[in-house]
Amino acid sequence: MRPGASTVGAVRGAALLLGLTGFGATLWYGLDEPGNALAFGTLIALGELARWGAAPGEREPAPLGAAGALAYALLGTSAGHATTHGVLQTVAVVVAAGLAGIVPHIARGRGPGLDHFARRVLTVGFAALCFQPLYNAGAVTRYLGQGPAYALFLVLLLVLTALCDAVLAALLLRARTGFPYGPLLRDELRAFLGIGSAVCATGTVMALGVAAAGLWALPVLAVPLLLTQLSFRRYAAVRTVNRQTIASLARATEIAGCTPPGHAHRVAALSAAVGRELGLSGTELTVLEHAALMHDIGQLSLVDPVEGGATALLPAEDQRRIALLGGEVVRRTGVPEAVAVVVERQADPYREQPPAARIVRAVNAYDDLAGDGAGAALGALERLRLGTARDYHPDVVECLARVLARGGAPGVTSAVPG
Amino acid sequence: MGVKVIPRAARVYIGCALLGAGTCVLPALRPGAAVPWGTVALLAALYALCELPARCRLIGRALGGSVPMGTGSFFPVLLASALLLPPAAAALAAIPGSLLARVEEPPAAPRRAWRAAATALAVWAAALTAEALGGPTALGRGPDAPDLPYALLPAGAAALAFCLVLTALDGGIRATAGGLPPRAAWRGLLGRSLAPHTVHGLAGLMMAVLWRSTYGPVAALFVLLPMYISCWVFAQYHRERAAHQATIRALVQAVDIKDTYTRGHSERVGHASVLIARELGMADDRLDVVRFAGILHDVGKLGVPTRVLTKDGPLTPEERRVIELHPEYGHEMVRGIGFLGEARAAILHHHERMDGSGYPYGLHGEQIPEFARVVAVADAFDAMTSTRSYSRARPVPTALAELERCAGTQFDPRMVTALVQALDRHGWQPAVTADETAPQPEPQPEQVPPPREPLPAPAAKEPA
Repeated sequence: MRPGASTVGAVRGAALLLGLTGFGATLWYGLDEPGNALAFGTLIALGELARWGAAPGEREPAPLGAAGALAYALLGTSAGHATTHGVLQTVAVVVAAGLAGIVPHIARGRGPGLDHFARRVLTVGFAALCFQPLYNAGAVTRYLGQGPAYALFLVLLLVLTALCDAVLAALLLRARTGFPYGPLLRDELRAFLGIGSAVCATGTVMALGVAAAGLWALPVLAVPLLLTQLSFRRYAAVRTVNRQTIASLARATEIAGCTPPGHAHRVAALSAAVGRELGLSGTELTVLEHAALMHDIGQLSLVDPVEGGATALLPAEDQRRIALLGGEVVRRTGVPEAVAVVVERQADPYREQPPAARIVRAVNAYDDLAGDGAGAALGALERLRLGTARDYHPDVVECLARVLARGGAPGVTSAVPG
Repeated sequence: MGVKVIPRAARVYIGCALLGAGTCVLPALRPGAAVPWGTVALLAALYALCELPARCRLIGRALGGSVPMGTGSFFPVLLASALLLPPAAAALAAIPGSLLARVEEPPAAPRRAWRAAATALAVWAAALTAEALGGPTALGRGPDAPDLPYALLPAGAAALAFCLVLTALDGGIRATAGGLPPRAAWRGLLGRSLAPHTVHGLAGLMMAVLWRSTYGPVAALFVLLPMYISCWVFAQYHRERAAHQATIRALVQAVDIKDTYTRGHSERVGHASVLIARELGMADDRLDVVRFAGILHDVGKLGVPTRVLTKDGPLTPEERRVIELHPEYGHEMVRGIGFLGEARAAILHHHERMDGSGYPYGLHGEQIPEFARVVAVADAFDAMTSTRSYSRARPVPTALAELERCAGTQFDPRMVTALVQALDRHGWQPAVTADETAPQPEPQPEQVPPPREPLPAPAAKEPA
């Protein structure tokens, strides 16, 4: 069995169990306030339908569905009348509506991942569990009334829910990729500041809006969130273009015959793996990866290409000159300044380098020296170890050795396929 | 607009707007006016607070991004105040924020004054419309639920009025200060701003409803977060779109490291290609792509050994064969870049000839992609009119005569005619010549097209 398969299985199993219990209970006891259930169900289903055109790795492809589900979990009053739907009905409605919205996507062969759906069910269950029993027992209204305190209470609950979601997401990602848990959780939490917070805020506002103004609040609030979703899509599309350009610049050196085929991508994938192992996350990893993809661009300036593109064997002065020229090009790509700095400093002694440049330097040297064959790889690692006095950072080299021992760059990296 | 000295007409216009805004606000300041000062102060402070991060880079960075937001991101606050307050008070609430907000270009003081006046007038009009349609009563109060499907009417009308007044005033300032002819000043303004204002109107309505409900102003604040994020993303989008242009420049720079001759040549070919394409009546988004095609047509020279590329004197057949591979290298490099679209085919085929004697595939006539035919003419024209290591620049009429002579065999006559007509009309000012030593390509924003104004680019340009 793959390591981590049990975690994934447990999460899916829990979601399935919760969903089935919800359905069973709702069928047994009947539906409370069918009007509310229908309105929120429709909203969630529409939100799921609006996935059209989502990029494969998008963080929250159906923000409207997520916001609607959270709002239903936190719905206390509707236009001044208290509601009585409990945790299980909430889960049943969310699952049913979610499935209804997803079916057309599955029919076209582009359904969302099971994990994503399982996470949604568990998160909504958590939010409902925090709120509905308290509300239905009358505790919320008794202690907090129907004023600003109530609104703040909802926000607090949603922040807790978001935390729970981030923990779950990081858990699943760790199970699938084997990356360390800490940086993954940090990534998830940081990503929450983007569309996640918009989802949570809209969920709160929907719950409050329905409480104050009835179900009409739903369509009125859905439109701004759809706009947010649209902006995110475009943003993602432009980011794709940038990645494509970086990939094509990475290819430039190969076409020019400066580096062996696939060198840039290998260095990028291995650098990312080493970076993760060293605890880099989020932006730092992206910077590292982009820098690694473009690290050899300076070689285009050479009148005669270096044999095999192996800059690691050149005199230090030449290496540094090539690095500076490369930085010049990278500066113009519009990628963050940090990427250009990494490319520029890749040939400096490690004590003067930023962490990402240390990684690029060591991994690049390894790829230059290793060539093919296990013997060469071991020899390359040995040469790096000998160079730890000045050129290569000892920790980075050890980390590289660990990553290689595990079988190289594992699982997914965000590197663009050529 | 980049106006440094404000024309007289604009001064008069701004003066009138200020006067109008003053008249609108005045009733609120009269003694005895029934103004809910608490709400006014809260809304004014809220709006000012919202605009502040864009103004101060420090706060903006602390909030997670140094990207300045466009003004207008917080119109929901203004529209909510238009629904909640009487017209004069609503106009008053808009003033501190718009005075504080960021100004893109100098002179700052008149721009601030102008914006405050325009915003106040627009909010005043919106509030008046909402009041006339019974907006304030439709919002409900405390435990009384709002009259919701109906409340959409005053809210929508208020947003529309706001948008109309703002557009009209904006067009006016563009006409007086920017010296644009009136029709050009207003063209496209309304169409672009209608949809965002409708969304802002909905958010403003929800803010107003929650403000009046038992949950109070705190709940109303939450409406702003999704709007804020949406606008932040939008600002990012613009920044990233500018990065498109930057990446094109990076590719050119990469060629530049190898072969300094291409510097300037690429940009001029891009410019000439656009001249031809515009003469042929191509749509705006295709013009961008043809410009990219022109700029990147020689990107494949990256694959040609530098020794061959910079060789003085005649080439051996072997070297010539290597150079003739550059369209294929270029295509190989850019084929992964989605937004280049048709430009990719142009890069591959820009050395094809109409009679089929070109390379790499020997296509002829209509088989050659349209953009490739455009770029071929532009490339040849610039090669003849600029000085190279082996030949002096020829005057423009000589070059055009040469192109016309080769039309039909080497070039598409349609493209040649278009170039001749375009040059008749606009003339030819080569921006950079190849001989200039070390031109700094950095501060030359006109070399690549600036990201086009507000709303999203057409979907066709998005990568698959």
